[in-house]
Amino acid sequence: MKAKLISPFWVMVRKEMADHMRSWRYNLMLLLIGLTCLGSLYTAMMSIREAVPKDQTLNAFLFLKLFTVSDGTLPPFITFIGFLGPLLGISLGFDAVNSERNKGTLSRVMAQPIHRDFLIGAKFVGALILISMMFLSLGFLVMGLGLLAIGIPPSAEEFLRMLLFLLLSIIYVGFWLSLAILFSIKFRQSATSALSSLSIWLFFSVFFTMLIQLIANATAPVNATNPNDILQHQQFIQVIMSLSPSQLFSEATTTLLTPTVRSLGPLTLEQVYGAIPSPLPLGQSMLLIWPQVTGMIAATLVCFGISYAYFMRQEIRSR
Amino acid sequence: MLDPIIELQDLTKKYDQFIAVNRLSLSIQKGEVFGLLGPNGAGKSTTILMMLGLSEPTSGSVRVCGINSTREPILVKQKVGYLPDDVGFYEDLTGYENLIYTAELNRLSKEEAIRRAKELLARVGLSDAADKKAGAYSRGMRQRLGLADVLIKQPEVIILDEPTLGIDPAGVKELLQLIQRLSRDEGITVLLSSHHLHQVQQICDRVGIFVQGRLLAVGDVSALSRQLFAEDLFILEVGVKQLSPDLIEQLMQIDDVTSVKQNNELLFISCSRDLTGEIAETIVRSGARLTYLNQKQYGLDEIYHRYFERGEVK
Repeated sequence: MKAKLISPFWVMVRKEMADHMRSWRYNLMLLLIGLTCLGSLYTAMMSIREAVPKDQTLNAFLFLKLFTVSDGTLPPFITFIGFLGPLLGISLGFDAVNSERNKGTLSRVMAQPIHRDFLIGAKFVGALILISMMFLSLGFLVMGLGLLAIGIPPSAEEFLRMLLFLLLSIIYVGFWLSLAILFSIKFRQSATSALSSLSIWLFFSVFFTMLIQLIANATAPVNATNPNDILQHQQFIQVIMSLSPSQLFSEATTTLLTPTVRSLGPLTLEQVYGAIPSPLPLGQSMLLIWPQVTGMIAATLVCFGISYAYFMRQEIRSR
Repeated sequence: MLDPIIELQDLTKKYDQFIAVNRLSLSIQKGEVFGLLGPNGAGKSTTILMMLGLSEPTSGSVRVCGINSTREPILVKQKVGYLPDDVGFYEDLTGYENLIYTAELNRLSKEEAIRRAKELLARVGLSDAADKKAGAYSRGMRQRLGLADVLIKQPEVIILDEPTLGIDPAGVKELLQLIQRLSRDEGITVLLSSHHLHQVQQICDRVGIFVQGRLLAVGDVSALSRQLFAEDLFILEVGVKQLSPDLIEQLMQIDDVTSVKQNNELLFISCSRDLTGEIAETIVRSGARLTYLNQKQYGLDEIYHRYFERGEVK
């Protein structure tokens, strides 16, 4: 008898998921991402012929190219995920708490015998499960269609790399989700919280690179004769670049899906000298992007932690 | 009478410098219907939030069903149903689905939840609207659904914050009768807050008057008004033309008239019993012209004012 009862937390998660699945918002996002994913798959298949290297040494990772190559008409799959993922996260989270507050349901739910953190926990977990379902199914759809189209099955390593790529995308969208939930707790109006999250997204995806350019130009060493100066400058630029979650995401996914990427920082001629131009094994690629992955997870946890602390201390008043 | 189910002791809540609730002590007995009366901003809702452990008191203690609400809010919320003022429901779920959701949050089994939801919907008269989206409910229906929502966990105590606000008079009557029946039939303790004395006095066993964070008086309604208005239970507002100073003298002579105040052509006469006839007669006999006569009723307003006056005299 006892075993049949679900914990209230999972009741709430289930309700969150049902709400999202019935909402226009989620279905529109699903349609949008689904269409762009099919579009980029189509262009990738059109241009994959040119991407096949002439020498036979490097074509081991042909399957991964489905996600990364493009003939220029449409961006590849990873660019789309990097661009639309935040939008998905924001759209699922921006009115998580304030809409409940404005509709007067928050105080009613809080009067039930549940812990207060169940509410934001359920909001986060419910949306994250949906995002995972969406990404995994889209990812497998692309793989399946790619398999049918090019007729080469992926190797185990390619498959693992793709799974890790999908996992990274989920973490990345999770970051934007938790940011949006934070704003939904902070701001009473859902329009305010939506616009705040969108402005942060725009800032990082459009203005941040411009800003970096400015800083790079301003701080560039005057007489570029000392290689150490140039190296230092380059490293400094990389540090500020990595403040942007979209930068972290694109570095990490590029490395994962393009095994030939050997380093994310500058390499000196001495370091390159004698290296065999072969793809990195998965373990080495993972080591390379470990800081990026940690950074993304940490950013997500920080946002969630702030929302948690903020929500626990907030007074629940009716409307 | 020795079994208090809600016990507040020296409860205080401060927001920065503002004192919302000031050293409130109150105990409510099991099975009682208690009305917390006070104007907006008196601290009624704050007190209720502290009883549920949704807000932390600055000092003092709250015990509900013998449990400290601040320390163990979950245990308290298992036994206490709370209907917030202007309650909201998930608008794209039906009334029935909303109830089932609440039942599941209270760890009721599916069968039990379905059974109770149907029974309660019938009880609050919403059986026909059970499969309508809650977003399409009227204010009165929402309030009744709210009552069902509160009852689904089979509470020992229900706390209703302004349950009659914004409902039409017929709806108010219906809701109050429903609450009264619940308390009588199932022995549920009811605490309700309101700023309408006349609505609440019909069903409350006792009321507490709560102004600016302080509890000014507690007792049953008739005792309270007798105690408050012992000297001048009735006030007459009289319009008189060609008023002579003698007339006021004469009016003061009538037994049981306690005071006469003049404001241009209006007289305010307080008396301890209904003297409307005598006063009218006196005025007419004196040769003045009576233009208007009105017997004023005591509302909560007067009670507040009365208490404020006393409070300042102290």
